[in-house]
Amino acid sequence: MILNNPNDLESLRQNLMAEKAVTKVWVCAGPGCLAKGSRKIYDAFLKEGRELNLEVDYRAGATGCQGFCEKGPLVTIELPGNEPDILYMNVKVKDVSQILEKTVLKGEIIESLLYRDPLTKERCRKKEDIPYYATQKEVVLGHLGHISPLSIDDYIRAGGYAGLAKAISESPEEVVGTVKASGLRGRGGAGFPTGVKWEGALKQPVEDKYVVANGDEGDPGAFMDRALMEGDPHAVIEGLIIGGYAIGAHNGILYVRNEYPLAVEHLRHAIAQAEDYGLLGDDILGSGFGFRLSITRGGGAFVCGESTALMNSIEGLAGVPRVKYIRSTEKGLWEAPAVLNNVESWANIPQILANGSEWFSSMGTEKSAGTKVFSLVGKVKNSGLVEVPMGTTLREIIEVIGGGVANNRKFKAVQSGGPSGGCLPAEKLDSPVDFERLKDAGSMMGSGGLIVMDDHTCMVNVAQYFVDFLVEESCGKCTPCREGLRVMQQIFHDLTSGNARPGDTELLKKVAENVRDTALCGLGKTAANPVLSTMRFFPEEYAEHEQEGFCRAGVCKGLYALEVDPEACTGCGLCMRVCPASAVTGEKKAPHFIDKTKCVTCGSCLDACRFDAIRVVRGGMKND
Amino acid sequence: MKRTQNTIQSVLESYPPEPRYLLALLQDIQEQDHYISVEAMQVVAGYLDVPESRVYSVATFYTALSLVPLGRHVIKVCSGTACHLRGAPVIVEAFEKELGIKNGETTPDRMFTIQTVNCLGACAMAPVVMIDDEVYGKMTAVRVPEIIEGVRASDSE
Repeated sequence: MILNNPNDLESLRQNLMAEKAVTKVWVCAGPGCLAKGSRKIYDAFLKEGRELNLEVDYRAGATGCQGFCEKGPLVTIELPGNEPDILYMNVKVKDVSQILEKTVLKGEIIESLLYRDPLTKERCRKKEDIPYYATQKEVVLGHLGHISPLSIDDYIRAGGYAGLAKAISESPEEVVGTVKASGLRGRGGAGFPTGVKWEGALKQPVEDKYVVANGDEGDPGAFMDRALMEGDPHAVIEGLIIGGYAIGAHNGILYVRNEYPLAVEHLRHAIAQAEDYGLLGDDILGSGFGFRLSITRGGGAFVCGESTALMNSIEGLAGVPRVKYIRSTEKGLWEAPAVLNNVESWANIPQILANGSEWFSSMGTEKSAGTKVFSLVGKVKNSGLVEVPMGTTLREIIEVIGGGVANNRKFKAVQSGGPSGGCLPAEKLDSPVDFERLKDAGSMMGSGGLIVMDDHTCMVNVAQYFVDFLVEESCGKCTPCREGLRVMQQIFHDLTSGNARPGDTELLKKVAENVRDTALCGLGKTAANPVLSTMRFFPEEYAEHEQEGFCRAGVCKGLYALEVDPEACTGCGLCMRVCPASAVTGEKKAPHFIDKTKCVTCGSCLDACRFDAIRVVRGGMKND
Repeated sequence: MKRTQNTIQSVLESYPPEPRYLLALLQDIQEQDHYISVEAMQVVAGYLDVPESRVYSVATFYTALSLVPLGRHVIKVCSGTACHLRGAPVIVEAFEKELGIKNGETTPDRMFTIQTVNCLGACAMAPVVMIDDEVYGKMTAVRVPEIIEGVRASDSE
């Protein structure tokens, strides 16, 4: 079926909305829930639903990430009428028949599957009552959990492609004006105003132009774009079509990270559906505007997240960055102007067009409008995907939404911005999250990974981790990044193995500043950030590693010893079970003991102990 | 050489002979053969009419492509930041010890390859390991021998 004009689209939407309301069971198939076996739960809903002859009044679907990964597998039940949605957590295959018989058939709530507030001990009937969701504002993530990513009809029913219909009723200049007025800034991390970028490309007087979606989400600890591409592919596609119309491009490319095969599958499926409806093709909604989309799979190189490296990669070259004296919006892909935006930026576009720029700029802060999606991970109680208005403080995100530090340990730092970002200590927790103020605090927005660290996290080791990562991922084109990172890696190796020489920290700082000031591309220039920010906020840890060969966090092998505090130990035996070296002994319910000669200082027991009964002490056996 | 050419031919035919499809072609060959052979690189260079050096530069640049054959079961230990904080290095060591090979290597019987990957996107389950299509969340070092045993058993079936 081809939709020949915006009216066709609107009447399709009306028909879809008029369909008989059925109970919908949405099983989360986001990465976290999939890892917990949600596919089997979805299959069980299909099978048992068939056996109960429920096909007429009931529909089961697998959705994108529903956010609260920690409590997965998640299942949302949408009842007909105005009943609020029911969100079930930690669902198992054996719960399926009960959910069908009680909730789907009779509308009864199964209390034991509801979220239980750890403070009030109350079960939460409504999603909004759950503290994890209560402070969030779902704009970009709004569809996840309520539509099937494989159904364009679901997307259209939920208001999809209305932004496109609006856009083609206006001139390209007006569309660019709306995006500019909305204040949307690049969600990939740099925060360049999207409308300004579009304007630059619109002004180019050439036929051949491109729009590109950067889905090469390489920051470790970040999975926002994955969730969007897998869970709401049409939003990204609609954004790209609007962008194409606005700048006058007839081709778009989705560059998707190699490690995300499901995203590729869903996007391919969605492109085919959009073509069937004539939302992609030669004459979109009768506007005369033609636009086609294709997918390029990444090759597993972090540097390809850099815009010019990504464009080289699309052209079938090694993904190394170019010198940027010419903007990509003038000469980007195959020498033609190209607008490259992050997946989350594209996913914001349809709603900005449909709801207007004022709606968008009313959210967030003055200079950073809208919301931002974060993946909240690390040593935090509630890991998952989070969307908040810009300007929300780090404390609200970590303590209210995240529920605080896992295992009730002490908060040490939060890392944002991936390998280009920094680590902020407890005193910076009241910083509002927006592009400028995170930078002022000493970190950066980045693409949206927020990694929480507790007192059993060594800041020298964290910085070393990012340097190790970047040594592997440096493309090698420019000398400061290629050689500077190697020098830093060697110094870090000495610091964390007890072989540091006096002055190593100072030397490390000098090298880091040099790389920052002289590297070619954005990734190289920011490669020193994790090093410099940990040095700035945690100088004592560097000093202890350099001068005493001591790691207070109990992470660096051989630079510490472990003891059990007999007062705090309850004798639960958890440490004994996780010890790979059988170094822990002890009777049940009596204080345990760590044999230092057997201990390999892997820290497994430290992580496992729920009573903070394992102490890090000086006197480690240095290794080479 | 003959066999390589035959199996690669079907991959080639799914793309027009334009240099922009170089990476995609190599990815498909990698998927099919589990590595990129010298012959494959030569055939691809001929098909796209680009220098062999350009094919080699792309084949060696991207980590998704391997010039040596990988094991039948690739153990991907996630070393994203969340997994690293929750003990991924300890998990890598446990696999190395169990299999007697280092990270990045393949066992002599070509059964297992150990790799660390940047982020599997299942951070809430950290530390995460993926073997073939199976994801193991909240991994601990003590579970490693049992998991290897399980994969071995399924392989001999």
